[in-house]
Formats: sequence, C-alpha cells, structure tokens
Amino acid sequence: MQRIYFDNSATTRPDPKVLEAMRPYLDQWYGNASSLHVFGRESFNALEEARRRTSKAIGAQVREIIFTSGGTESDNLAIQGTAFTNLAKGNHIITSVIEHHAVLKTCQYLERQGFRVTYLPVNPEGEVEPESLKSAMTKETILVSIMAANNEIGTIQDVRELGGIAHEGGALFHTDAVQSIGKVPLDVQRDNIDLLAISAHKFHGPKGVGALYVRKGISLRPLVYGGGQERGLRSSTENVPGIVGLGKAIEICMAEMDDSVNRMTSIRDRIIQGTLSSVEGCYLNGHKVRRLCNNAHFRFDYVEGEALVLSLDIKGIAASTGSACSSRDSETSHVLKAIGVRNEHARGSLRLSLSRMNSMEEAERYLEAIPEVISRLRAISPVSMLSKPSATGG
Amino acid sequence: MPYGPKVIEHFTRPRNVGEMKGADGVGKASNDTDGDVVVIYIKVVDDRVVDVSFQTFGCAAAIASTSMFTEMVKGKTIEDALKIDKQMVAGAFEEGMPANKVECSIIAPDALKEAVADYRQKRIH
Repeated sequence: MQRIYFDNSATTRPDPKVLEAMRPYLDQWYGNASSLHVFGRESFNALEEARRRTSKAIGAQVREIIFTSGGTESDNLAIQGTAFTNLAKGNHIITSVIEHHAVLKTCQYLERQGFRVTYLPVNPEGEVEPESLKSAMTKETILVSIMAANNEIGTIQDVRELGGIAHEGGALFHTDAVQSIGKVPLDVQRDNIDLLAISAHKFHGPKGVGALYVRKGISLRPLVYGGGQERGLRSSTENVPGIVGLGKAIEICMAEMDDSVNRMTSIRDRIIQGTLSSVEGCYLNGHKVRRLCNNAHFRFDYVEGEALVLSLDIKGIAASTGSACSSRDSETSHVLKAIGVRNEHARGSLRLSLSRMNSMEEAERYLEAIPEVISRLRAISPVSMLSKPSATGG
Repeated sequence: MPYGPKVIEHFTRPRNVGEMKGADGVGKASNDTDGDVVVIYIKVVDDRVVDVSFQTFGCAAAIASTSMFTEMVKGKTIEDALKIDKQMVAGAFEEGMPANKVECSIIAPDALKEAVADYRQKRIH
C-alpha cells in the first residue's frame, strides 16, 4: 500500500539532500567545533555556514542565531531568559491562549515564580486582535509572545502589527515560528521581531535541533550552564550534524518557498473544498484566508476524532486528531476551546497537514476515502441519541 | 500504548452493529468526561439474551470493546451476562487494550444493566 503522510505539522520527512549534507559530520568530520585541529575546524566551519543560512532565511545577522535542541528549548530560552534578565524593569508578560504548550507551560511556570501573565483571547477564527494587545500593555510589560501561526488550526497572526504594538509599549516581542518556516515569509526587521523560535524537523530537517534568533543587544539568562558555547547562551558541545541538517533544510525551504507554497495551497484548497462538499455535517476550523498553506482542520458531527484517524490510517492515510482522545487525564484541545468549539464537538476533529512532498493525487485519494470513512463511523454511532450539533463554529 | 490487533480487528469489523427494531430492552450509558455514548439493544427469551446489538459514539477502544462485549453476551442468561465486567472485556483483547482506556471507554456493561432494567420494567407493565 502506498502510504500518504498528511501529518506534517507533527513532523516531516527529512529531505534526502539534508541527510546527505549531514552524513560527513557523522562519520568523517566528527570533531568538536571547539577543537583547534582540522576536525574541529571543519566542524566549526560547518556550524557557521548553517548559522549563515539560518540568519539569511529570516533577515537576521549571522551572530544573532543561537542553536538549541528544538522549538521547545528555543521558546523556553526566549521567555525565561527575557523574564529573569528584565526583572528590574517589570514582571508582566503577555501571550495568547492558543500558544503551543512550550510557551504556555513556560508562562505558567513564570507565574509560580511571581511573574504576572496575561493570556490574550482570540476571535472565532483564531486571531489575536491587535486592540486586545494594546489594552493589555502596561508599564510593567517586558515581553509579548505570540506565535506566528498556530499548529492546530493554522491561523496566521499579524506579527508585524503585534510586534509593533509591543515595541511602542517598550516590550520585547517573541514569536514561536515553528510552523511558519518555509510557509510564511518572515523578516525579523520588517516584522518587529526580537526573538524567534524554529525547529528543524518541521521543515524536513532532523529532530532534536532548533534555533533561536536573538536580536543584537538583548541579553538573556541561559537555561544551561557549562562550556560557554553559543555565546554562553547555550552551553553543550554543538550538535554539528543536526545543525548542518537544519542549515541545509532551511536553505532548500527558502529556495523552493514560492513554488512549494503555491502547490501546498492548491492541494489544501482542493482538500477543504472536496471534504466540505462531499461530507455533510462537516465544518472548517480556523481562518478561511489567513491560514497556513499546509493546514486543513475539520470538525465532523457524530464522529469521534481518534476513531476517524485510526480509520484513515487503516486506509493508508496518516493524519492527526485535532483534539485529545479518550482517556481520563486528557482534556479538550485548548485551541479549539479558545475559538469557541464546544467540548462534545471538539472531539470530532481532524487535522490534515501537508508538506512540499505531498501531491494532488494524494489529496484525491484522501477525498475518495473520507466520505466512506465518515459514513461507516456514523452508521455505528447512535446519532439520534446524541445532542444536535449547531451549524456553525461551536 | 498502541492498540493490539484484536482491538483493530473489532474496530474495523464490529459485530452486532445497529439499532434493533422491536428490542425487548434498550439501555444507554455515557461517559461524562469524554462524552462517549454506548447504546445496547437486547432480545430476551426465557431470561436468556438471544440477540444483542449496539451503537457507539467514541474512540476505537469504545467501539471495539462494545463489539467484543456483544459477542460475550449473546446466548448467555441475563444473570451471567450481567457478571461480565470491564476487566473481563479488556481481558478478551489479550493485552491489546491500553490500560488507560479500560475505565473510560469500556462502558458497554453499564449500558447492558440499563437495557436489562428497561426489559424488566416493560415486563411489569
């Protein structure tokens, strides 16, 4: 069976060219980038080339890129690092209710450390309203952290405007751009960004490596102390093969961005239009226009998400449920809750996330499968005994 | 922990699915935390469950376990059928049912209790 991978917001397939670029730094130039000999120098040069490629992708200077273990660490370093460095200036942080847990849980931790955090609401399409940020800003605000695009429903935020508002109020602006690299053009100068987190495995790079852009002049308290690598902000022997992979992956992404965004957009639109027209009781979550080119997120009446994902998996289509599955300790997705989807409806969610490696043929195969999968699950479901769903959002 | 092959098999081809016309008893159970709903229909002759069917809204574990449960119930006396509990249903999957799914997803035994109560109620009137 030819399997279809539509779960690229979870992780992506490493590009063969990325693996090829990494290989010499696993088996030939395995030196420590701090060493003086040729093994060290080769590693060091590779590290700096990756740094250059990464900086170029977001309009930053080479020295403003710090390599980390991934998006979560980058978000933690940005938020905790800023918070503890700016204690004298203020103790207020603003973020949104739909952030990734890497941001939300970090902010909750800081609340326990005495910081005050405002969690901005979003509108039913998942956008943070600039006005709500404006009115939340105080003299004490040291940091605003709003994701560039949401990982579940794909809504793209107006980071330029939000960053501008943060700056007017004298605060730093951080954005989690983990889902945006290669899909949304970002420029740290133009978009008023001071700190930006990325993760290699979301754009066909390897897992376990990410980066944080830190605008020149900003000082951060590190999370990890030791040998002083990465300008003292991230001690630990550099993961040279991983970082080389990140650099190669981001370079390919940027070179192919226009083409791949166009292709993903047309596949996404075919999936959205085809699903909505062939399945009754199906609704699109998120924004109609301001959404990631690779994200389609649906809600189906009378169908449970985990059963739906498993049914598609059996047909060779890998997707993800937009909400938590049935187990005692799990809860409804905080993102769906924030856009006003009721608990019982949030369970019938499906997220399809594309990459540049997907094709229109795969979308057509999914569209052939989905009506049958839904009607089978509805045939099992006690439809007449469940509460009537409302026609819109919730 | 992923699902075992027997769970997938029952999920893919559930037995005894659908509403039963003229059922002697109908029972519904739901799980308030997750919103799972199971409906069990029974046909009873001489205190024996001669036919059973079900409808489920819920995850794969809820669907597969209800399917398995109907197979275990069919042909048993009401007394014996009511003795089948969550752990026995989970056990029938030969360790294929994740432990965290047992409490929340195997609610079919509760639905059977309701169906039997409904059957007895109808007999009195």
